[in-house]
Amino acid sequence: MLGPYQYTVWLICTLLEVAVLVCAFKKNALRRYLVLNIYMAASVVVSIGRFNILRHSGYDSREYLYFYYYSDFLLTILLFFALTSLYSHIFAELEVGRYVRTGALVLLSGTALFSYGVVHQSATRLVTHFVVEISQNLYFVGLVLTYVLWAAVLKLRETRTRLIQLILSTGLYFSMFAANYALQNLYQSRAPIFEYLPQLIGCFLPLSWAYAFWRLPEDARTVPSRLAMVPR
Amino acid sequence: MMAGIILACSVVLLLQFFVSYCRSLITASSRQVLSPEVQDVTGIQRTASGDDYKRVMQLLQLCPERPEDRNSIQAVSAYFKMLNCLRSTVARIVPSMQAWTDVERGHCAYFAAVALERRISFSRDMLAQQMDA
Repeated sequence: MLGPYQYTVWLICTLLEVAVLVCAFKKNALRRYLVLNIYMAASVVVSIGRFNILRHSGYDSREYLYFYYYSDFLLTILLFFALTSLYSHIFAELEVGRYVRTGALVLLSGTALFSYGVVHQSATRLVTHFVVEISQNLYFVGLVLTYVLWAAVLKLRETRTRLIQLILSTGLYFSMFAANYALQNLYQSRAPIFEYLPQLIGCFLPLSWAYAFWRLPEDARTVPSRLAMVPR
Repeated sequence: MMAGIILACSVVLLLQFFVSYCRSLITASSRQVLSPEVQDVTGIQRTASGDDYKRVMQLLQLCPERPEDRNSIQAVSAYFKMLNCLRSTVARIVPSMQAWTDVERGHCAYFAAVALERRISFSRDMLAQQMDA
């Protein structure tokens, strides 16, 4: 059963996701960052869907469990494509969009194969195990990809502040989730902290994206080398 | 083993992204010139010292909160604590780290002063609206 804390964080997170769409719409960034906004819209829909199933079937029901993990899997794939769209923004002038898309699909297939390799010995609920495993692996792949993208930003001297903040916040989000999953696997724990933490981390991405859309104009510029940990 | 490697990589990259993200928040405010009255109140002219941070934050907490900057102030506060931690540990052994943390702490203080300026003008706007009503 969910407590008042979980319901409150859930509500805040959903409102923040709506806020991202509203901010993007108000600042004319809805089409420019279309995949990012599709991801946020999907998150809102999933959130409403989860709440409906929770209300009708309960937290411990099989319906909620399946819906939770399968929707999380779909959202992770969408976020992966959102990240790919950030690649397209950075490499737009080099006209390598086709290669970026192909690379993303190859990487997604590779992660799916690897995840299948990990879970294929499970005799029961193979698909469910696969869905959970691939979601966790995609977070780590997403983290590595975001780091590569950040390196490209520094190398190509990308100056668009909003884009830089979107990339950095996505990197933070992926790294927090990857660290959380790794800790969970390392300690094989179902401690309450591992239930509370992902919910809080989940609020960070819509919060930072809403901030980037609302506060930073599209023409704002930053010298990226000043942001690197080791000044260049 | 694998989970350990993933955890180590994630934490290292998390730190990298966190530092860069906080710097991107700070950089946006570093170009803003402080008004003479905020300069008087905070004692900060063009550059700030890390020692000013605590005082400016106390002043900041006296003003009504703006929902828009809550997130960035919290992130920069966490960044400032991390810098303090580095300053009292690693920076004692590595002198270049000492200089770097001092500069960064000064940027955090300047960021707080800019946030203070925004809060003051926000309070003024609110007061003006109430007077009109």
